[in-house]
Amino acid sequence: MEFLPTQIDITKEPMEVGPTCHYVMGGVEVEPDTAAAVGVPGLFAAGEVAGGMHGSNRLGGNSLSDLLVFGRRAGMGAAEYVKSAKAVPVSDAAIKAAAERIQAPFTRSGGENSYSLHAELQEITHNLVGIIRTGAELKEAIEKIAEIRKRSANVSVAGGRKFNPGFHLAFDLDNMLLVAESTAKSAISREESRGGHTRDDFPQLDSKWRQVNHIASFDGKEVTVRKQPLPALPKELFDLFDVHELEKYMTADEIAKGGAR
Amino acid sequence: MARKLKMRIWRGDADTGALQDVTVEANEGEVVLDVIHRVQATQMGDLAVRWNCKAGKCGSCSMEINGKPRLACMTQVASYGDEETITVTPLRAFPVIKDLVTDVSFNYKKAMEIPSYEPPANLKPGEARMQQVDVERSQEFRKCIECFLCQNTCHVVRDHEENKKSFAGPRFFIRIAELDMHPLDILKNRKQKAQEEHGLGMCNITKCCTEVCPEHIRITDNAIIPMKERVVDVKYDPLRWLGTKIRKREGIV
Amino acid sequence: MSGVFSPTRAKIKERTLRTDKWWLQPAITFGVLISFVIYATFRAFENKYYFAEPLVSPFYSPCLSTSCVEGASLFGQPFNNQYFGIGISPALFILIFPLGFRMTCYYYRKAYYRAFWMSPPACAVAEPHTKYTGETRAPLILQNGHRWFFYFGLIFNVLLTYDAILAFRDAEGHWGHVSVGTLVLLLNATLLWLYSMSCHTCRHTLGGRLKHFSKHPVRYKLWSWVSVLNHKHPTFAWISLFGVAFADIYVRNVASGAWTNFYFF
Ligand SMILES: Cc1cc2nc3c(=O)[nH]c(=O)nc-3n(C[C@H](O)[C@H](O)[C@H](O)COP(=O)(O)OP(=O)(O)OC[C@H]3O[C@@H](n4cnc5c(N)ncnc54)[C@H](O)[C@@H]3O)c2cc1C
Ligand code: SF4
Ligand code: SF4
Ligand code: FES
Ligand code: FES
Repeated sequence: MEFLPTQIDITKEPMEVGPTCHYVMGGVEVEPDTAAAVGVPGLFAAGEVAGGMHGSNRLGGNSLSDLLVFGRRAGMGAAEYVKSAKAVPVSDAAIKAAAERIQAPFTRSGGENSYSLHAELQEITHNLVGIIRTGAELKEAIEKIAEIRKRSANVSVAGGRKFNPGFHLAFDLDNMLLVAESTAKSAISREESRGGHTRDDFPQLDSKWRQVNHIASFDGKEVTVRKQPLPALPKELFDLFDVHELEKYMTADEIAKGGAR
Repeated sequence: MARKLKMRIWRGDADTGALQDVTVEANEGEVVLDVIHRVQATQMGDLAVRWNCKAGKCGSCSMEINGKPRLACMTQVASYGDEETITVTPLRAFPVIKDLVTDVSFNYKKAMEIPSYEPPANLKPGEARMQQVDVERSQEFRKCIECFLCQNTCHVVRDHEENKKSFAGPRFFIRIAELDMHPLDILKNRKQKAQEEHGLGMCNITKCCTEVCPEHIRITDNAIIPMKERVVDVKYDPLRWLGTKIRKREGIV
Repeated sequence: MSGVFSPTRAKIKERTLRTDKWWLQPAITFGVLISFVIYATFRAFENKYYFAEPLVSPFYSPCLSTSCVEGASLFGQPFNNQYFGIGISPALFILIFPLGFRMTCYYYRKAYYRAFWMSPPACAVAEPHTKYTGETRAPLILQNGHRWFFYFGLIFNVLLTYDAILAFRDAEGHWGHVSVGTLVLLLNATLLWLYSMSCHTCRHTLGGRLKHFSKHPVRYKLWSWVSVLNHKHPTFAWISLFGVAFADIYVRNVASGAWTNFYFF
């Protein structure tokens, strides 16, 4: 491990250590074989931006193999798709609306500062949607994120469009809010602890929760989360495991069935 | 504890620009990139600066700090005097786009001009075998994070725009050396090409590339000079040339 | 306007914004090298005080012309003391070898390109020249001949080591004596060997040119050792230069009678 050339001698003085974001386990819901996004024709996702691959905790090194396998599938899936796909018609009104949305932060003045909103959002998710969460904290986070979302509609940006990070951030904020809200709402719904998700108010792993994923969707105003059952483990995979190992993760019912046939 | 830090930041584009004075808060342990971000968040929302990892590994935040080419994320504010003004400018060898951001596409063009790795034709995937002693030298060069600080500092192009067409630069000399020393690469004439097409002879081994490399790659000693010696083997040493004609020798291709 | 003042570059009027003493290093290099050159030139033309049995100055060894003093010529006197009516100091016949070796040395090249030619004076400090072709044309393309000087340098190292061995005698030629002069010549020879062994050409010749170290374990070992020395090549370049100058100063003072060569035994 390399350290910055600091003034600190770590053999004599304490060193500040803190957790940072390493990986986002959730992501765009995709068909596993083609990497096509569910519900958005023509969108393909692979790698960290795709969800569902690594369960509740990605193991070290598995991102690389994910990228290789699903990157290839996404490429082939997209190539296959374009063979039959037709151009999606886009109305002039939609183009105009998009252009206006892009221009909007420049037309406002004295509005919110995108950097400040970003910092506040970071503060909220760091403190309330961190590794160890509670229902009360998550509820508070969801309310605060909604506040930020309201204020973000009033961002104003200085300068021109050329390489303007404040301007870029105004757009990134929308995406960050989407991810933050989806994470917080999924986390409040999942009343157990597993992998990278630790609920202080539900510290135990609960096998019932292994059977569902949370699917978040956005209607333009707010995120809604629904539960979606996971397909059962196929028998040929089930048989590879020692039953006692599986008992730690599966309900008695699932064990009795012995995998999906 | 926080203190007031005086800075001069170059702002402008390809047509015009100037150093602007700012005063910004700096906290203990912060790096120059941190304070630039604070300036951006509180005083200059549209200040253009490239960065990504803040860990000295992506090579994005290359700029010149008090005239020295450096990574802003690896430069401690505390390494300057308490009263010192910190001056930051974009890299001065490449065309400026805006503020601290330059167009580094020169380097991508040069990268494409270097012939890539060429394994023996009959080598199947999964069959490549190399010994550690044979790859050691090349491994040093793989540490490169493509920050292009070396390219920016090299006087051959920094001080002579017209040399850009004929000079690949130190980052690509280590690439050429990496491949020429690679145990499985069989491409012939890398040495000749280095001299005739990539401008190895333009380098006068004054070592500025080595001085600025944040990965501490010994560019001049371990890549450029060994390549110059290899070039001598094939171009300027009649005895060795004769030797290779008489009996085939290891490494001389 | 070229270089950092080219039209596409950020408009900054200073040649450098460095705030440290970037000029100090080239200034020191300039001062030291120019002092050495002046002293060496003076000594090469002085044509006396280079031999005091059993010590010979490294500037005058091997002494190959008919003007060499009695006892200094170990390998005959193939050259005359004058050509076309001009008297030539014996130092001048051999000077080209050590001079060429150091002039083409990768380290000295860096040092004088920076300090004398200001190309560049220091990193990220704009150089004054409008054109630059590096080592691609005459005369600088001749720098590629460093290896020939390296080979001759080795011969000189052997000769100067021999001189140091001869210094284990007293002024009457009896073996088994050690004087300050013995140590001075021995030190000089040792430093010259370190300088030569740490040379980049040496590193290349012993193993650097190979593609597969695994097929040449002995040369790989040699290369590894020389690589360690090579890391310190600039240091050896400087101290061996001082070593040569000091050995000459010592012999000169003994030969002129200013100093007595003290014998330990
Ligand atoms: C510190 C650290 C160490 C890690 N170590 C390992 C490890 O040892 N082994 C392992 O397997 N995994 C490791 N990971 C995880 C792994 O590196 C990442 O999951 C993986 O690199 C993600 O690759 P990706 O291509 O999916 O996404 P990324 O590499 O994040 O690429 C996304 C790309 O999209 C671009 N982009 C973003 N927005 C836009 C836009 N609007 N328009 C156009 N482009 C855009 C970005 O610039 C970026 O290039 C580590 C992660 C971290 C943070
Ligand atoms: S050593 Fe050569 S490549 Fe490196 S900066 Fe100097 S001239 Fe450029
Ligand atoms: S060799 Fe060093 S300085 Fe040059 S691009 Fe690579 S990491 Fe940067
Ligand atoms: S931000 Fe990645 S190297 Fe500085
Ligand atoms: S003597 Fe310096 S590199 Fe050869």
